[in-house]
Amino acid sequence: MSNKLLVGTSKGLVILVQNNGQWKIAAVQFEGFSISLLYVDERDGTWWIGIAHRHWGEKLHFSINEGKTWEESGVPSYKDYFYRPGKPATLKRLWTMQHAGLDKPGCLWLGTEPGGLFFSNDNGISWQLTEKLWNHPSRLDDLQWFGAGKDFPFIHSIIVNPRNSDHVYIGVSCAGVFETKDGGKNWISKNKGLVAAYLPNPLAEVGHDPHRMLQCHADPRVIWQQNHCGIFRTRDGGENWEKVSGENGFPNYGFALAIDEQDPNTAWVIPAQSDEMRIPVDLKLTVCKTTDGGKKWFSVSKGLPEYHSFDLVLRHSFAKLNQTLAFGSNNGNLYLSDNNGESWVTLCHSLSMVNCLAFSYRP
Amino acid sequence: MAKIKFTSALNRFFPSLTEIEIQGSTVREVLINIEKIHPGISNYLTDDNGRLRKHLNIFVEGDLIKDRQTLNDHINADDELLIFQALSGG
Repeated sequence: MSNKLLVGTSKGLVILVQNNGQWKIAAVQFEGFSISLLYVDERDGTWWIGIAHRHWGEKLHFSINEGKTWEESGVPSYKDYFYRPGKPATLKRLWTMQHAGLDKPGCLWLGTEPGGLFFSNDNGISWQLTEKLWNHPSRLDDLQWFGAGKDFPFIHSIIVNPRNSDHVYIGVSCAGVFETKDGGKNWISKNKGLVAAYLPNPLAEVGHDPHRMLQCHADPRVIWQQNHCGIFRTRDGGENWEKVSGENGFPNYGFALAIDEQDPNTAWVIPAQSDEMRIPVDLKLTVCKTTDGGKKWFSVSKGLPEYHSFDLVLRHSFAKLNQTLAFGSNNGNLYLSDNNGESWVTLCHSLSMVNCLAFSYRP
Repeated sequence: MAKIKFTSALNRFFPSLTEIEIQGSTVREVLINIEKIHPGISNYLTDDNGRLRKHLNIFVEGDLIKDRQTLNDHINADDELLIFQALSGG
């Protein structure tokens, strides 16, 4: 079984297959549709995609045979739920999916905009809103849960502790990090040490903007996040976050993040210049890597454009599988490294905007 | 019964969708009866709260419906309904 790379673009799903070390486009599916979510369930190899139709709303599809055939699944509904008192909530976008644990077959988490976390115990046929999080007092406060870039807050990162599936973290833009230790019955914020430079109180308990959050599988106490206000890491399961942006502020701002599954000290980011300048610094596309927990960052960008690059890499457009890293950009470029980022090749330069990436593999 | 015409864009999701005649005294009742023939289509036409999706239009005898929230516009027996996409870019 060949490795595959799924690329969710604003105009369709692009599937690349690796043969004899070469990655080639093997298929384009859902042509013309914006793919907002990609997820490969490691438990059974099921492919999931979320589609953001301009006219027809958000849709969820799955394939149990690596894209040969697809079926439409149920989508979450906010019927009878209110975003604010008197304002009915409506599903705006499907952002991220995560299986609920190896010990919970058929169970899935789904993060959405406007801020609802949904759970399915029947493999996505039906979805239930996690009411304890939806009813968290902070969610109703415009200074704690609010939209940034989008009109509403959205859940873009879901982490299930590989050693305890009842222990879940979510990342919300904007609100911050929340944790449950009882499978979603109770939630507490975990934002100590984060900075929200855009708030009157930058150290507010809630109101932070993690752009992407990932947990080290070998050491689940270690969680990394690329935040609006820098790069942060916790070594104690979110009790304290430490800013680990680079010296002189580079790298600092960005969306994309990849981490090593085994080494809690190794991570990659793809920085943009700043909030106001969402372009590569000096228009030179750069991937930064650390191997010491963020004390020092160094460029691993051999083969990437050194001049006149306007590539911005969105939060779900950077993926890693063993030593292979791949990322796609807002202007349709797709880059891959098969040596942990030491060097890169351009796989495509004429795609539509890349919203998300995922590797699919069978051992 | 009202005569219903659909935008051809819906055929990508519902290949058997064609012009049909449906009973119903309001737009909402008509959509409920269309759903019985084409399960799932109401989720393409209306949002979580039963409102007409933002980028869709329904015309009754050439006029845009007025009630996009509860779809309570009255339908006469021989009316023609057009279910169209709104024009939007991107």
